[in-house]
Amino acid sequence: MRLRRPFFWCVAALLPLLATAQAIAQEDLLRTTSEPGNHDGKLVIAQRSEPRTFNPVVAVDQNSYGVNARLQADLIHINRATQKTEPALAKSWTVSKDGTVFTLKLRRGVRFSDGQPFDADDVLFSFKVYLDEQVHSSQRDLLIISGKPVKVEKLDASTVRFTFPSPYSAAERVFDGLAILPKHLLEKDYQAGKIAQDWTLNTPPAQIAGLGAFRLKQVVPGERIVLERNPYYWKIDAKGQRLPYLDELTFVVVPTQDAQVIRFQAGDSQIISGLSADNYAALEAEQKARHFKLYDAGPGLEYNFLMFNLNDDIEGRLPEIARKQKWFRDVRFRQAVSAAIDRAGIVRLVYRNRAAALATHVSPGNKAWFNSSIPVPAHSQPHARELLKAAGFSWTADNTLVDSTGQPVEFSIIVTSSNAQRNQIATLVQADLKAVGIAAHVVPIEGRSASDRLLNTHDYEAILMGLVSGDADPTPDMNILESNAQTHLWHLGEKTPATPWEAELDQLMEKQLVTMNYQQRKKIYDRVQEILAQQLPMVYLASPNILVGAQENLGNFHPAIIEQYTFWNAEELFWHPPAGKQ
Amino acid sequence: MNPQSSGRGSDSSLRSEFHTKFRLTWAIWFLLAIHAVVVLAGFIAPYSFETQDREHPYAPPTHLHFVDCSGKFHFRPFVYVTKTAENDLNDYQQDCAQLARIEFFPQGDRYTILGMFSSTRHLFGVQAPASLFLMGTDGFGRDQFSRLLYGGQVSLFAGFVAAAFSAIAGLLLGGIAGMYGGRVDDVAMRFAEIFIAVPWFYLLIAVRAFLPLQISPVTAFLLVVAVIGVVGWGRPARLVRGVILSAKERNFVLAARGFGASNAYLLRRHLMPLTFRVLLTQMAVLIPQFILAEVILSFLGLGIGEPFPSWGNMLAQAQQYHVLVSYWWMLLPGLAPVPVFLAYHSLAETLQERIKSNI
Repeated sequence: MRLRRPFFWCVAALLPLLATAQAIAQEDLLRTTSEPGNHDGKLVIAQRSEPRTFNPVVAVDQNSYGVNARLQADLIHINRATQKTEPALAKSWTVSKDGTVFTLKLRRGVRFSDGQPFDADDVLFSFKVYLDEQVHSSQRDLLIISGKPVKVEKLDASTVRFTFPSPYSAAERVFDGLAILPKHLLEKDYQAGKIAQDWTLNTPPAQIAGLGAFRLKQVVPGERIVLERNPYYWKIDAKGQRLPYLDELTFVVVPTQDAQVIRFQAGDSQIISGLSADNYAALEAEQKARHFKLYDAGPGLEYNFLMFNLNDDIEGRLPEIARKQKWFRDVRFRQAVSAAIDRAGIVRLVYRNRAAALATHVSPGNKAWFNSSIPVPAHSQPHARELLKAAGFSWTADNTLVDSTGQPVEFSIIVTSSNAQRNQIATLVQADLKAVGIAAHVVPIEGRSASDRLLNTHDYEAILMGLVSGDADPTPDMNILESNAQTHLWHLGEKTPATPWEAELDQLMEKQLVTMNYQQRKKIYDRVQEILAQQLPMVYLASPNILVGAQENLGNFHPAIIEQYTFWNAEELFWHPPAGKQ
Repeated sequence: MNPQSSGRGSDSSLRSEFHTKFRLTWAIWFLLAIHAVVVLAGFIAPYSFETQDREHPYAPPTHLHFVDCSGKFHFRPFVYVTKTAENDLNDYQQDCAQLARIEFFPQGDRYTILGMFSSTRHLFGVQAPASLFLMGTDGFGRDQFSRLLYGGQVSLFAGFVAAAFSAIAGLLLGGIAGMYGGRVDDVAMRFAEIFIAVPWFYLLIAVRAFLPLQISPVTAFLLVVAVIGVVGWGRPARLVRGVILSAKERNFVLAARGFGASNAYLLRRHLMPLTFRVLLTQMAVLIPQFILAEVILSFLGLGIGEPFPSWGNMLAQAQQYHVLVSYWWMLLPGLAPVPVFLAYHSLAETLQERIKSNI
């Protein structure tokens, strides 16, 4: 009896462990290579506003993406650090020789955050929803290639086949961000045509489930959103510990960056993203005293540019702008404006040397696609004057530039009033243009009014704005560069290319889409960048560095230059124990 | 009768009169001086308001020296050439090898005074590559002192023009209402009440939003000033009406009417002159109010646009956290209106005291 009792207790203690080990063995878990951490702690992240929805099908704003990406998971994921694709819910995949058929092997034994199992039916259901025209999902465009939808078939419970209508060079990247939805929770509403109304901020957390590292715990409208660890998450670390490490992840609403800086300094939030160079400089001195660390991840994918109105539907409606379009359409005028602008000054004064001057929309941060052979236009007033002279412009005695009819060259530049950096750039551009005799009036206006003028009324002369590429791959740029694209910003609604170079851009972008070889694609995209640098439909200015900060004891913090710069790997983040307890 | 107390009384009344006169003189001279300085901004300021020195963003106020790096004393003040450190744009270092004396009447940026006199000669300055930033620079390397003087043109002019608008409109409408009475009075005064009740700030935001993009910032600004002035006519009109109502029953007015004077003649010759003192006091109250309105509008980005300075848009830069914690000299424009307001209030108070004593 004496011998049996300890034996009994040992077996009893080991049983739950054995059961867990068996359960883990039945699951196709993904083992990460990051530094192993400890299960414990909470992390608070500040966001400008709260997410509009928890429904990944209809989410369009960055705040929703940020939270939803923690609640949901995709089949193939883009690693924000390497910018390459890596297995997620699909543990492996094969591609047919012609590049049109992708066969994905799904992880087995994976469960949603409510404990229900995941299989190929959920994948089929998710893509059915995304492709449904009635749902109006923004992801639908990604899955329509040359006007035809991607075909999705179930081969068995853990194998799915995707057939693309034509070879698609960015096919693997398309899967990133396409959340796999729980069929058991959403199918009923989908059948009733109500899926777009599901998973709002008012939905009880228990009714929302996903395959992400966290699950929803609490929503305090306008104040904070609290996520808790998903106990069924399908990633483990090198030691075999199930991720995520953090018990809770809280998103608090802090509407301005200055307020975010103050909250970060006070320790109310532990991560700060999208710091301006000025605030970065202001915080730099306090790093040691306040136990945080700032990171400069280098130029991101944002590009700021000055763009002239080249739309052709304003004749008669807006005669004053139409008159000035004669200047704007002359490439020599655009090149002269480009040469007159001091990009180094912008980088120095606006971004405190934490930015890159641009020749095209591709920043040096996009290492795989940046065309380094195109030089950044030199700041040269004499060259700008030569170009203007060649285009038939001349100067009056008081250095006012006039066109061939004697009209002074004067135009307004609209800029969103809420963006301090762009307002500063506009002031510098205004001074540079004045030096060559051009009178530019900077008009700061509210963001929605600016986008209405840009996209709907076309009532603007020039605009200074910025765009952020969602991915390093060239394919998303088709939305802007192709002449018939919905956001071909400088000339919306073109039915056929208005100029030979726009026709060439169309051809090149279509060609890169179906070219599977990286070297060949790079060559094509290099040519695209050459055309843009030459024709300057947008006068590209600068790309700011991604500047972020975090508490110094936050483990696995690796800021990236693609969106969700700081918490893209939230499941791997952990708190190092205080020095004394190590 | 106590002669002693009577003597003290006359002493104190004399003192009070002297005090009032001193305050009035001080206020008038100070205001004249400050307006003269801003009118002559082009000459007094060492730089133009839009000259950018891109090598000197957020440069602190330049140090004036009498003793050089080697300990030698100079009778004429001088400055050293400054440069930022390679890796820290906030770290300005003096170059002891490059010294520049303060010069009087040097050549510089071209300016015009009152749109009539054009020149390139300034009151003082230093030769390049040295620079003289008495109140530091902003993020574009623009001299804050020069911009403060030019900004005063906008802010003080805005207050003055808007107050003049209000006073003239108030004089006309209040005068007519008081003189004719009856329905004319009712209509004019109801309008005045409506204008007093209008939330002018929201009205200005709406007006500014509806202005077309093509107009220049100066035109847009003048329109805003006009709106401030037009909205503000209600109070002066009520005051003028009150004065006219009481004055039109006075004997000399009745006598003039008896001799066949028309209403228009009575208003112009006898009644309106009686309102001037009240109006002057009202102007002295309105001007600082309207200066403040311009400062607030510019602070919120609704006033004059870049690159033109005003005290409000200069102060607006201090809204940013990094400016607030790193560059104290950017807060100086916030102090500029204080002595102006004090002088105007002092003027208004003494004018009011004089009116009371005359009554």
